[in-house]
Amino acid sequence: MTRRHPVLLVSVATVVLAVLATLAIRHAARPTAAAGAVSSVSVAPGPRIIARSTAPGSRDHLISVSADRPGGRRLTSPVTCARVHASGGTALCLRLDGDLKTYELAVMDRHLKVRRTLPLVGVPNRARVSPSGRMVAWTVFVAGDSYNGGRFSTRAGILDTRTQRLVPTLEDWHVTLHGKPYTAVDLNIWGVTFASDDRHFYATLSTGGHRYLVRGDLAHRTLRALRANVECPSLSPDGSRIAFKSARDDQPSHGWRLSVLDVATNRVTPLAETRSVDDQAAWLDGRTVAYALPSGHGRADVWRVPADGSGTPRMLLHDADSPTALGGAN
Amino acid sequence: MYLSSIDRAPKDGADTALRPAFAAIGRNVLALGAVSLITDISAEMVTAVLPLYFVLILQMSPAAYGLMDGLYTGATALLRLVGGYVADLTLRRKAVAAAGYGISALAKLGLVAAGSSVGALGAVIVGDRTGKGLRSAPRDALISLSVPETALGRAFGLHRAMDSAGAFAGPLVALGLLSLIGAASPRAFDAIFITSFCIAALAVVVLLAFARDHRAARPTTRTVSPRAVGDLLRRRGVRRLAYAAGLLGLVTIGDGFVYLQLMHRQSVPAGWFPLFAVGTNLVYLLLAAPLGALADRIGRKAMLMCGYGMLFAVYVLLCSPLTGTAATVLTLCCYGTFYAATDGVLMALAGPVLPPELRTTGMALVQTVQALAYFGSSVAFGAAWSQWSAGPATAAAACAVLLAIALTAGALARPRVEEVTV
Repeated sequence: MTRRHPVLLVSVATVVLAVLATLAIRHAARPTAAAGAVSSVSVAPGPRIIARSTAPGSRDHLISVSADRPGGRRLTSPVTCARVHASGGTALCLRLDGDLKTYELAVMDRHLKVRRTLPLVGVPNRARVSPSGRMVAWTVFVAGDSYNGGRFSTRAGILDTRTQRLVPTLEDWHVTLHGKPYTAVDLNIWGVTFASDDRHFYATLSTGGHRYLVRGDLAHRTLRALRANVECPSLSPDGSRIAFKSARDDQPSHGWRLSVLDVATNRVTPLAETRSVDDQAAWLDGRTVAYALPSGHGRADVWRVPADGSGTPRMLLHDADSPTALGGAN
Repeated sequence: MYLSSIDRAPKDGADTALRPAFAAIGRNVLALGAVSLITDISAEMVTAVLPLYFVLILQMSPAAYGLMDGLYTGATALLRLVGGYVADLTLRRKAVAAAGYGISALAKLGLVAAGSSVGALGAVIVGDRTGKGLRSAPRDALISLSVPETALGRAFGLHRAMDSAGAFAGPLVALGLLSLIGAASPRAFDAIFITSFCIAALAVVVLLAFARDHRAARPTTRTVSPRAVGDLLRRRGVRRLAYAAGLLGLVTIGDGFVYLQLMHRQSVPAGWFPLFAVGTNLVYLLLAAPLGALADRIGRKAMLMCGYGMLFAVYVLLCSPLTGTAATVLTLCCYGTFYAATDGVLMALAGPVLPPELRTTGMALVQTVQALAYFGSSVAFGAAWSQWSAGPATAAAACAVLLAIALTAGALARPRVEEVTV
């Protein structure tokens, strides 16, 4: 049958498939509802929580709620980001840059006015501002294309917003692993979290199939591995504990367990959240951490759980991710 | 007119070698090339946006994304052998290839259906790779059966050129759609996946409508059985070809390492990184067909050796003190030429030494040996890089290429290629 009328068959198929594709594209290109945005959203320190909306009508827009009544009125900003974090009156927004699908990072002041932008090579993944608002750090995925084997890698960078000194990548820093200098080339670093001295920070380092918690020193450009199987660290406001996710059975395919490490005693406490959390947690205050959990296609909710292993997880913000408490916590 | 008239399929498998060779790149090769071209547009437009989709829409972390990535690249090698064997067993190469293309097309819809479930997405990706694994060997066997032996080089060259033209266009189509639809919302990605499915489905229709299966009379002397596959390796020509493919795979250090060194040495900003692959692919695209045709004239073994000479040049350039744009462009030109002179040519070499009844399995075998050797070499080179640093490791790789050229030249039986006078 196909032998007899091949041209006809292909022509009909082309028309049918072209119509289907056009319908799909036109459906996707419909404009979304106006976001009803206001420009009064501020990231000045105060009893507020900001986040990024994942709701269909206001997707990507920055939102702000009261820390006391997070379920109450939401302010929606015209500013859109793929990832956001703020502290000490500085906001870091990783966002699309123009029509071409590339990304940039924008450093904004407390009124969300852009102070500096930098092009990002790769897809934004993590954003962090130091407690003082001086240092900002980001992680992007750098994927070549299928011709180079499709291997993924991450690149983490740091900018000092006071001196404008830029560290485009941490990969060429001096690494110490198991007490010895380490020189492998397969380093991937992600998920920076700053200490309050604006000099030290923690991050995840992956090499040879293992992931380590590393402590970085901006003055000496060094990274020292502290322990294994710690990802996406987040330092508590007083610097005594680190919330992180650890791969169950050291196997990322088994999911992640949200846990807290006491820096002084080296003791790890698994938190009451038993669902797999694949996010860099944020401290709401000294007792509670918040994190996003996906809730469907491109949507997420922000949850909260006590940092001492007690209690139960509760929803903090519906249809949002990238939570940041502006009360001074990192 | 002449082209199309001599290209009519011979009735009942008449001896294809009787047809004039120079015009012999037939409609079947063009049809299979078109199928690959359309399929690669579809495949590469998805490959280009998957990182965006995983990270931005599904919010995957590095480790989860790395896991997906491993699945995406690692799930095919042994399926090639299965696809090849089934195709030989049933003599339905076109049907096996169509099944492979069809599975990959459906996987594009699976991406939409899987939503944000990591498990479902993993299954879809494995399905997509399964389709790719199944289709490659039957397709190459069909190409090799569609032209006389003297024209194998140009047939594979033309096919690989069309194939990489599709791979070239795919990311551009995806980026165009993203710009057209607007911000990176989940709906934009669904539209891209559905469009990708439509394009892939069209390729399956083109395959069914225009490609011809080569169903020669079932051979009576030898049967297709696991034992016969074992016997395949006892054939001198096949074994030598497998050795050669393995050796050559062993000395290829991997694109990522080549591009990384280019980037480090020239202190090129990381944003240029994807352009290295674009440059290499462009050279490959332009040279695959002419070098394939040239291989038919000067000998495929000679062309293969020239290709590895180009690889040697790439490694030497990477070790040399030469820097600057000119050195980078030269390196990429050599690298693209290496691919153009070896990729299709190896399959063209495989055609004549394989028995007709096990041709697909044999091609799958050669491809699998090369892929496994290539995987081993990239791991070994990574270790050598850590141990000795990039320069000495690359110098060692260059020496290994020279050794492999010498060994391959000895191992490869003189191919039965007559001089073609035009």
